[in-house]
Amino acid sequence: MLSSLPSIVGFVRPDIDWHAVAPELTLLGVGAVVTLLDIVLLERGRAYTSALAGIGLLVALIPIVTLAAAGDTRQMFGGAFVVDDFALILKAMFIVVAYIVVLLSTNYIAEGDYWENEYYGLLLASVMGMVLMASARDLITIFVALELLSIPAYLMAAWRKADPRSNEAGLKYYLMGVFASAIMLYGMSLLFGLAGDTRLKEIAAAVAAEGSNPVVILGIIFVIVGFAFKVSGFPFHTWAPDTYEGAPTPVTAFLAVASKAAGFVALMQLVHVGFPDAQDIYQPLLWILAVGSMTAGNLIALRQENIVRLMAYSGVSQAGFMLAPLAVAGDIGGEALSAVIIYVLIYAAMNLGAFAVIIAVARRTASGNISSYAGLFKYAPGMTILMSVFLFSLAGIPPLGGWFAKFAVFRAVVEADTGWGYSLAAIAAVNSVIALFYYAKVARMMWFEDAPEEADTTSLRVPPSLVAALGLTGAATLLFGIYPAVITHFTDGTLIALP
Amino acid sequence: MGEFLNDWGLSIPTFLPIIGAAVMLLIPKDREHLHKLIALATTVAVAVFGLLLLIQFIDNDNYGALNFVVDKGWIDVIDSRYIMGVDGISLPLMLLTMLIVPLCVIYSWNHFPEPHNPKAFLMLLLILETGMIGTFAAQDLILFFVFFEVVLLPMYFMIGVWGGENRRYAAIKFFLFTLFGSALMLVSFLALYFLADASTFDMRLLPEAAAGIAKSSQVWVFGGMFLGFGIKVPMFPFHTWLPDAHTEAPTVGSVILAAVLLKLGTYGFVRIAIPILPEAAAEWAPFIGLLAVIGIIYGALGCLAQRDLKRLVAFSSVAHMGFVMLGIATLTDFGINAAVFGMVAHGLITGMLFFLAGSVKERYHTLDMSRLGGLLVQAPRMGWILGFCAMASLGLPGLAGFWGEFPAILASYNPAEVLAEETFRSYMVIAALGTVLAAGYLLWMLQKTAFGTPREEFANDPHVHDATVSEYLAWAPLLILILVLGVYPHLLFGATDPAVVNSLNDCLDSVTSGACFDAAAGK
Repeated sequence: MLSSLPSIVGFVRPDIDWHAVAPELTLLGVGAVVTLLDIVLLERGRAYTSALAGIGLLVALIPIVTLAAAGDTRQMFGGAFVVDDFALILKAMFIVVAYIVVLLSTNYIAEGDYWENEYYGLLLASVMGMVLMASARDLITIFVALELLSIPAYLMAAWRKADPRSNEAGLKYYLMGVFASAIMLYGMSLLFGLAGDTRLKEIAAAVAAEGSNPVVILGIIFVIVGFAFKVSGFPFHTWAPDTYEGAPTPVTAFLAVASKAAGFVALMQLVHVGFPDAQDIYQPLLWILAVGSMTAGNLIALRQENIVRLMAYSGVSQAGFMLAPLAVAGDIGGEALSAVIIYVLIYAAMNLGAFAVIIAVARRTASGNISSYAGLFKYAPGMTILMSVFLFSLAGIPPLGGWFAKFAVFRAVVEADTGWGYSLAAIAAVNSVIALFYYAKVARMMWFEDAPEEADTTSLRVPPSLVAALGLTGAATLLFGIYPAVITHFTDGTLIALP
Repeated sequence: MGEFLNDWGLSIPTFLPIIGAAVMLLIPKDREHLHKLIALATTVAVAVFGLLLLIQFIDNDNYGALNFVVDKGWIDVIDSRYIMGVDGISLPLMLLTMLIVPLCVIYSWNHFPEPHNPKAFLMLLLILETGMIGTFAAQDLILFFVFFEVVLLPMYFMIGVWGGENRRYAAIKFFLFTLFGSALMLVSFLALYFLADASTFDMRLLPEAAAGIAKSSQVWVFGGMFLGFGIKVPMFPFHTWLPDAHTEAPTVGSVILAAVLLKLGTYGFVRIAIPILPEAAAEWAPFIGLLAVIGIIYGALGCLAQRDLKRLVAFSSVAHMGFVMLGIATLTDFGINAAVFGMVAHGLITGMLFFLAGSVKERYHTLDMSRLGGLLVQAPRMGWILGFCAMASLGLPGLAGFWGEFPAILASYNPAEVLAEETFRSYMVIAALGTVLAAGYLLWMLQKTAFGTPREEFANDPHVHDATVSEYLAWAPLLILILVLGVYPHLLFGATDPAVVNSLNDCLDSVTSGACFDAAAGK
């Protein structure tokens, strides 16, 4: 009787390619172990959780390497879950970024007397959502991945329970995030209503058939705007500075890099797979978002006094640069994706590095004020040099990694060979100069100013996990700049599998 | 040896300084003497290498073509390659760099500016050297761009940390101005890549590949490069960063800035903008020539208004670079040869003047010319050297400065045929007036500082003494070269001429006969 149930309801268990979902399953397993450890060992387990989470993340890299070695594109659930080059590169990036965030968190969370097991459990859950996002080619999967990566992040942003600003950060992030999700979901429902299917390839067909239908236009605009919140693009960036400032700094680093990258992953999939024929709709929209983000982010960043808020607005401006290739994606196709991925990868290295320095310096100064960096060169020359490397890399000065990220963007928009593209290139060029001004402001504090009289100027001690994080990000930032072929080796060619 | 030099001759001197800097990074800060020795050894090794290159270059006897070419993969996906090579245009500038940097190390041996820290200072100097040599050697636009930008950070820190009172403002102004130009320059390079017939950044292929670009696009692309290089030169009206940067920079920073960094801009015009986009260059030339002569007059008037010795020398740079740009704007081989000579001469002479300004400042603790005077009484040798350099700077025949200015003026009498003769002849008249003004401000400067009797406040000051050993060592090579090149300019013209003719090859004939432009216009 029971065995005939599937045939009655017409349910057939889809084939599951266990190899293809192995990275997600590994993360799930490690997350479960970390949580269980707390239940079994109670306080005695605290010391091991961060190490366990870190090792678990590295283990999750193994199936990604084997999948890359196998080299074929795998699909499941009728094309809703796809493992292609695009997905693998980004999954690997998310996991490495999470590993570095674990390194950043180790001392911060342990010394701050915060809950540790829950923290790492939530971090792993959020990473799982990101890893899933890289494979999601269907509206429901995208939405589930988005919520899976966001909800733990809302909690982590409010992790410093005793500090009202951290509560504000979490709450603001939550409200804005839910608001954005709602808008996005509305857009998705419009698109679904038109296509009758949630898979992006079917939506592409429906959009192509009814390009000028206002329902299509609204649906696309709402979905893109929803993700503009996630990537903190202007004018949907207002949550970012407060959340970044209030959240624990390692969480801020995670939000600024991984969560933003996840938003871009979704945007790339939507634009490239979901609406390839709707370039008349999404290109102008993304053009405005890109120009608005880079300009507004930069101009507001000029006036910041707090280093984390500065990084928040610089992140808005950097998001504008990352949006720029997508604003010409219809004209140049896959090249736009390569440019965005290159930017996201390099941005991850240099931005995480900058946050690592911020965390290391804050251990001494206990302050986020840019003026607290005065005289850093005198007592922490190594930290000063690293911070300068990261900041000037963010500004795009060769031979540091950031130049190639900016170059990839310029290359993409110029390649479009349209008025939109050239104007975007010119605006981006002006903006990269404005950006230099505030990055150099921090550098000026560190190098040119003297430390205040009362400051403790004995040499700075940095815990080993932070040293490891700084070493990894610093080496990557230099390597990406001097020999960019290490990145382009992966981003060259057709990345995303089109059905 | 020849084989080795042909393969490695450019890569080794380019990257040797950065290796030296890396070694210094590992040595603790307080071992100052060791740091100085490493920096000196590295820069001298580079200079010796440069000498070997020169010998081999003469031996190859192919001044017009690229020597020591290396062509290896770098960033395949964007078709950018590691291509290095030098010809008669770039070699003199590269050798100038290799000469100036060790002299800077020697000069600063015993007097590092506040806040001291020789380790950091010398490391920045070495990184700077890599960037400068690389820029002159690079034959790929992206590689060129990377080296062109590498010099920004060390110079920014050098001005900002070791500079004078107003150093923060000067440092960031220098950085922002240059970055603005180079960002637009990069967009131009990319446009060139996508618009040209062949997708390449190879400077050797681009002149041909870019010939097919529509003239209207060429003019825009040239505009981007014009901003990038013009700000670096600096041309009027983008010159405003220069007096500030020069005045605030430490002596060595000013010397490097004047002797080499400014040349990166003019070199860019000669090497990249004009050979690749000759048609657009012809459109822009009258405008460039106009800005050049404005720069000559404005710089000279600016000099006459200064009270500060260093600022005066800085404004004289604006004027001198105006002559160089005027030579370039004529688009003739004669004018461009003069421009390259002018670059080298200006590097030697103005570099020397900044060294002297630094030494004066060290002795008197001021550069205010109304307080100086009587240098010839108190430090006669230094005074005479200052006089010698002022004469060289005002273009006295027999010294190097003459061969930069005079042929540039002469070339504008007879510019390329596509250019309006009347326009350039009027430029010529204005530029000639500029030389009179130059004589005026330099002699006035000399009178203020060297002649007369010392002011009371300095009359018995024990700090004021004549040139020291390290100063003589640093200055002698420059003074000798100023004289030698002045007496026997063929030494340099002989090397540059074939290269200039070659770089303008088709279009040079055209510029004199109009053929290339007609042919291109017909496309």
